[in-house]
Amino acid sequence: MDRKSANRKLIRGLLIMTACSFAFGWALVPLYDVFCRAVGIGNAEAKAGPAVAREAIDPNREITIEFVAAPASVGSYEFRPTVASMRVHPGKLYDTAFYAKNLTSVASVAQAVPSISPSGTAQYFHKTECFCFTSQKFGVGEGRDMPVRFIVDPQLPANVDRLTLAYTFYDLTQSTTRP
Amino acid sequence: MANVHAGAAAHHPDQAHDDHHHDQPATGIKRWLFATNHKDIGTMYLVFSLIMFFIGGAMAMLIRAELFKPGLQLMDPVFFNQMTTNHALIMIFGAVMPAFVGLANWMIPMQIGAPDMALPRMNNFSFWILPFAFTLLLSTIFVPGGMAAAGWTLYPPLSLQTGDSFPMLIFAIHMMGASSIMGAINVIVTIMNMRAPGMNLLKMPLFCWSWLITAYLLIAVMPVLAGAVTMLLTDHFFKTSFFNAAGGGDPVMFEHIFWFFGHPEVYIMILPAFGIISEILPTFARKPLFGATSMIYAIASIAFLSFIVWGHHMFADGMPLAAQLFYMMSTMLIAVPTGVKVFNWTATLWRGSLSFEPPMLFALSFLFLFTIGGFSGVMLAIVPVDFQYNQTYFVVAHFHYVLVPGAIFAIMAAVYYWIPKWTGHMYNQTLAKWHFWLSTIFVNVLFFPQHFLGLAGMPRRIPDYAVQFTDWNMVSSIGGFGFGLSQILFAVIVVQCMRGGQKASALVWDGARPHGLEWTLPSPAPYHSFTTAPEVE
Repeated sequence: MDRKSANRKLIRGLLIMTACSFAFGWALVPLYDVFCRAVGIGNAEAKAGPAVAREAIDPNREITIEFVAAPASVGSYEFRPTVASMRVHPGKLYDTAFYAKNLTSVASVAQAVPSISPSGTAQYFHKTECFCFTSQKFGVGEGRDMPVRFIVDPQLPANVDRLTLAYTFYDLTQSTTRP
Repeated sequence: MANVHAGAAAHHPDQAHDDHHHDQPATGIKRWLFATNHKDIGTMYLVFSLIMFFIGGAMAMLIRAELFKPGLQLMDPVFFNQMTTNHALIMIFGAVMPAFVGLANWMIPMQIGAPDMALPRMNNFSFWILPFAFTLLLSTIFVPGGMAAAGWTLYPPLSLQTGDSFPMLIFAIHMMGASSIMGAINVIVTIMNMRAPGMNLLKMPLFCWSWLITAYLLIAVMPVLAGAVTMLLTDHFFKTSFFNAAGGGDPVMFEHIFWFFGHPEVYIMILPAFGIISEILPTFARKPLFGATSMIYAIASIAFLSFIVWGHHMFADGMPLAAQLFYMMSTMLIAVPTGVKVFNWTATLWRGSLSFEPPMLFALSFLFLFTIGGFSGVMLAIVPVDFQYNQTYFVVAHFHYVLVPGAIFAIMAAVYYWIPKWTGHMYNQTLAKWHFWLSTIFVNVLFFPQHFLGLAGMPRRIPDYAVQFTDWNMVSSIGGFGFGLSQILFAVIVVQCMRGGQKASALVWDGARPHGLEWTLPSPAPYHSFTTAPEVE
C-alpha cells in the first residue's frame, strides 16, 4: 500500500473516532439519566412522575417530613411552605400546601422542581397530587396556596425517620413568552 | 532510546529531489499565510503561544494586583471574574496546547526521519484557525456584558448568564477544538506512516511517543467538550433544558460531561512535557534513559486512567459513597505510573555525568516541582480531605504547580534544548540561567504560599478576602510580579537567538550524540528535514 492510500485510510479512521467521541458526549445525557435512576439520585424521580401504591397504614411508625421552599432567584416570588413540618404515618395520604406570590410588576409563569433528601429515599415518597406537575400562572401581585398530596411508602428503610421535601421555584416567564 | 546512527545520507542540501516541494521558503507574508512547511508552522505556533502567554500573564498580573491586599482596589468583582476565566482559557488553549503542537511540528518529523508532516495543508489550516479563535475570544471584552466570567469550566447556570459574549465564547471554543483535533490527526498520521525505515515504534523517541498518546486523547475528548458547549448554546438560545432544572435538566450533568473532557485535558497538557523531560535528562546526564520501555507503558496507563477519574473534580457535589470510593481509588492509582516516571528520571540522573546547561536546569526544576504538584494532587484525591480543600487556594496551588513549573517549564526547557537546532545559533546561556533562577525562585514565592492560604480556608475565585490572609497574599503577589517580569527575559533570549549569535554545531550539546535523529541534521536544520530517509539500526 502506498503512503497516500495508507494516509487516507488512517485519516478516515481518525475522523470516525472524532465523530464517535462527539456522539458519545451527547450519549452521556441519557446515560446520566439512566445511571441516576438506577442508583436513585438526582431528580430522576421527579421526572418519572408519581407512582401510586396504596398500602396498609403503619400506625406504629412516625416519620417527620420537613418542607423547604426556595425561589430560584431573589425578588421575583415570595415562596414558602404553609407548615414547616409534619409527623406522618407511612401508607397514609396527607395534604399540605405551599404559598407563592408574584412580587414582580408583570404576570408570570413559574414551575417548582422537587427534591427529596436524604439521597436514595425519593423512591419512597409518592406525590399523588402536586403543584409541581404543571406550570403555575400568576397575575400581578397574585398569591395563592398550592396543594401537595403525598404518601410515604411503608417500605421506607427503618433507619430513616426524617425526610425533607424541598422545592425550587423557577421563573419560566421569559422562556414561555419568548418567540 | 535505541542508538540511532544517521547514515551518510542524512542530508544532501544540494540534492535535486521531488520537484513538488519548494526547496526554499517563499518570501514575505506569503511564506507564513500559505505555509505548509512543518518548521514554518511550528514557528508560528510557538510565536503565537508566546504572545498568548504574555496576554494570559497580563491577566494574571491584574488578578495578583487586586489580591495584593484585602478590599476592592483596582477592579469590580465582575471584571476580576472575567480575568480569572479568560486567564485560564488563554493559558490552556492559547499558550500550553499550541506550544506543544508547535514543538510537535518542529521535532516529530526530525525525530522520526521524515521530510515533513504528513498533512501539510491541514497543518496550515489548523494553525490559522487559532488567531481567529483567540481574536474572537479576546474581542468579547468590548461587547455588552463583557467577557465570560463563570470560570473556564463554564458551569451552568452561571455560564448561561453571560452577556452578549456568550455565543462568541462558544464559537471560539469550537474553533480551538477543531484546531486541536486537526493537529492531533496530523501527528498520528505522521508518526504512523512517515517513520524512516528501521524506526520501529519502540525505537521512537519518547517525545514522539508522548505526543502519539496525547493525540489520541485529544481526538477522544475534544469532541466531548464541543458537545457540552453546544448543549450550553442550545440551552441559552433554543429553549432546550439539558442543564436547566426547571425544564427537567440537571446542572450537575454538565459537570460530568465537562470533566469527562476536563481530566484527560489536564493530561494533554502534561504528557508531552513528560516526553520532553525524558529527552533532556539523558542528554545532560550522559546516560540512556532508565527504563525507557516502562516510560511508554506509564504514559499509556496514565492516559487510560485519565478517562475514569473525572468524578474527583466533583466530590463535594453529592455522589453515592460507592462512586466516591471508586473515583478516589482510581485517582490514587495514577500515582503509580507517575511514580514510575519520577523514579526512572531520578534513576537516569543517578551516577550520570551531569552538567547544568539551561535546558537541564529547567528539566531538574520540573522534576522537583512537578512532583510537589503531584503530591498535593494525591491529597486532593482523598474524599474527606477534599471536602476541606475543595474551592480553596489549595486547589489553585496544586494545579499551578503542575502547570507552571510542570507544563510551562517543560516547554521552556524544550525551547532552550532545541532552539540552537532551529536557528543555528547558541543563545546567551548566562541570560538563560538568570531566567531560570528568577523563574524558579519566583514561581515558588508565587504558588507555595497559596497552599497555606488554602489550608487556612481562603476561597478561590474571590477578589476580596478576610484580613488574616493578607500576608501570604502579599508574598504571593510579589512572587507573581517577579515571575511575570522574569518572562520578559525569555522573550529577549529567544529573539536574540533568532537574530544571530554564536554558531551552533550540528550536535549542539556534547551529550546529545546517541539521543535522536534531530542531532544528525546540521544547525540550523534544513528547510526539509530528511529528503532521503536516514537509516536506523
